[in-house]
Amino acid sequence: MIKHHWGWSGTPFDRRIQAMDALTAARAQMEVSLGFHMIFAALGIALPGFMCVAEALYLRTGCPHYLALAKRWSKATSLLFAIGAVSGTALSFELGLLWPRFMEFSGGIIGSAFALEGYAFFVEAIFIGLYLYGWDRISPRAHWFSGLAVVLSGTASGVLVMAANAWMQAPRGFDLVDGRPMNIDPWGPFKSPEWIPMSIHMTLAAYAAVAFAVAGVYALGMLKGRRDPEHTSALHVAMVIGAITALLQVPSGDIAARVSAAHQPAKLAAMEAHYETRREAPLVLGGIPDDASETVRYGVEIPYGLSLLVGHDPQTEVPGLDRVPRDQRPPTAIVHLAFDLMVGSGMALLAVSAIYWLVRWRGRRTQSAAPAEPVGRAAPRWLLVALVAASPLGFLAIEAGWVVSEVGRQPWVIYGVMRTREAVTPAPGVALTFFLFVILYAALGATLVFFLRRMARRTALAASPGAAPPRAGANETNEMKEAPHGA
Amino acid sequence: MVREVALAGVALAAVVAYGVLGGADFGGGVWDILARGPRKQDERNAIAHTMGPVWEANHVWLIFVIVILFTAFPRAYAELSIGLFLPFHLVLIGISLRGGAFVFRAHGGYVDAPGQARAWGVVFGGASVITPVLLGMSLGAVSSGLRVVGPLPLAMGALALAICAYLAAVYLTLETDENQGDLRAAFRRKALYAGTVVVALSGIVLPLTYFEAPHLWAGLTSATGAPVVGAGVLAAWTSGGALVLRKFRLARLAAAAQVAFLVAGWGLAQYPYLIYPSLTLFDAAAPPATLDFVLYTLPFGLLLVLPSLIWLFRVFSRARPFSP
Repeated sequence: MIKHHWGWSGTPFDRRIQAMDALTAARAQMEVSLGFHMIFAALGIALPGFMCVAEALYLRTGCPHYLALAKRWSKATSLLFAIGAVSGTALSFELGLLWPRFMEFSGGIIGSAFALEGYAFFVEAIFIGLYLYGWDRISPRAHWFSGLAVVLSGTASGVLVMAANAWMQAPRGFDLVDGRPMNIDPWGPFKSPEWIPMSIHMTLAAYAAVAFAVAGVYALGMLKGRRDPEHTSALHVAMVIGAITALLQVPSGDIAARVSAAHQPAKLAAMEAHYETRREAPLVLGGIPDDASETVRYGVEIPYGLSLLVGHDPQTEVPGLDRVPRDQRPPTAIVHLAFDLMVGSGMALLAVSAIYWLVRWRGRRTQSAAPAEPVGRAAPRWLLVALVAASPLGFLAIEAGWVVSEVGRQPWVIYGVMRTREAVTPAPGVALTFFLFVILYAALGATLVFFLRRMARRTALAASPGAAPPRAGANETNEMKEAPHGA
Repeated sequence: MVREVALAGVALAAVVAYGVLGGADFGGGVWDILARGPRKQDERNAIAHTMGPVWEANHVWLIFVIVILFTAFPRAYAELSIGLFLPFHLVLIGISLRGGAFVFRAHGGYVDAPGQARAWGVVFGGASVITPVLLGMSLGAVSSGLRVVGPLPLAMGALALAICAYLAAVYLTLETDENQGDLRAAFRRKALYAGTVVVALSGIVLPLTYFEAPHLWAGLTSATGAPVVGAGVLAAWTSGGALVLRKFRLARLAAAAQVAFLVAGWGLAQYPYLIYPSLTLFDAAAPPATLDFVLYTLPFGLLLVLPSLIWLFRVFSRARPFSP
């Protein structure tokens, strides 16, 4: 219906669009939108925390480089928050646009979580305006508390959205009567057993990902010779937050996986590429799971590993995919490899932060003359290189984790209740909107990277020796005023 | 029964808030792309300066409408999503480009690259023109069987655009410094132009409902609808007159009231339909427990949001005016 308006019917591009069925296209559009938004959601949750810490350090110590950091990070926040807000808006529409039957079924149940999230997001949007533009308009105390309000409401917003997602994984709060939800309890999403573990796991993941990304940016600056207080203290703050959150992810991930095992055995089995139900189940690392023959090629097996992880006992029986009817299994290879990627990235980050703190601790012992000196000035090059190399791993882990969570739920949109294909829109043109969104997000993403790089270059200029001291005062918020007049 | 009506009222109030606040931000984009003459950079700076701190908060009203819709009226949300699949997608693209272009331009620091700033300005302005038209068309489609391309939706799309431009110009007369007489005069002139277009388009839309959406016409001329329409007309004349007399605060108040009455009048005339003629709000409503949840949490949510919102507007009001 739509294609005739565009004059490309018959072209290879048109044929490709026609070949894509609505379900595939809708899933692809959702994946692109979620995958894009997830980065900004994590940044929106964690980056305000960083700017608040930096501003608090400034208010306590009066050191100007902390103020410079707070301003730098708040500027990045303003760019990233705006993109996160629009991509989040797109998702709230897309839930209905792509999955109208899902929203019709569940709107009355999970709407409660979204309604509360709406208020949290409202508060966040209000205080982010006050924080970003209010440096010289409200008192320093009020300004810092505005930042704190952004941190709290941003975290609350994420945790509340997580309730809706947890409900899709382990639905509660209704009775299914003739395919329709009856006796609805609006607290259902908050009664989903997966809510708390998922919320903790994701909030920590946001902080860890942003921490190591920030650490990588400043480590790169230091590799280029900029070992000034702004760089060393930024690296230090990032590595404190990164190490704590990466460490806490170990127990939080263990809990999340075991809750999954209890409520979504098919997902856990796919995560571990575990086909055969058995005791003394081994843990399979990597490899290529093959659903047809129900075997894993080239994987590394750790004896008893899976039974130990799931039940903390080698005799624990772990249900395999053989317990799940074939038409209700998620695609094992994707889920398993994404899971290994997530865990592997997390472990790598843990290792990098352990090495960082070891080096710092040894450095402090040998340089006891200056105990307050951060590792920065003395940090060896190889450590900085490792930090730069590790900087994308946190976001990689987040994306992989969402693949585990959402692809592992398939073929259900509401686990055990509604299949994804039952939920998809009957409207024509999903393949077209999918391509439009790919183009839109590619353009937004590329532009954003361009801007952030430029922002980083300016940091470099401001911080390079011989340049004017960073104009930490009014210039950031007044940039519009400096725009050329009558151009 | 009462719950459904109360929540439909909440949704309508949120549409009004989005129109009065978010609409002005779209209008800002319209005037950005239309800026001409020697003062154009000053005008653009004033628009960016005014929008900067508040546009994201204003935008949340739209999300609030969507959330109320899918929580309290999930069937309506599903039907709208199917029926308005393409226009809603275009709205999303418009919203994304508008927001993205605005921050890219505001934070790019374009002292050294005015050409790039202009390019982002065009994206920002273009998206600000297209999006309200599509939103107005969607409102029109809701009143005429989800038919997007028709006389009434097209007229309502044009009216929405004109209203956004009008609101923005009226608000901007107050966002300039006292000693910037010519900038304020420029926005006053723009407001008078846009106001004339609003009146003209209203004069087209109203009779159009008689032919295209008789239920709207009946509602607008009924005992409940007519007073609201009357109040809207009164507010329109007041805001226009106040502009002529340079009573800018009164003009702002009356312009906001005018839009509020206009949207509220549409909503009342639409009653009891969410989508005319296929779906009433009673057919579309979620179970009572859900409606109660939304209604009982509403006061707490507003207790958090409204004082913060008022503080935001106070901090960035003319107390510390913009001077280029």
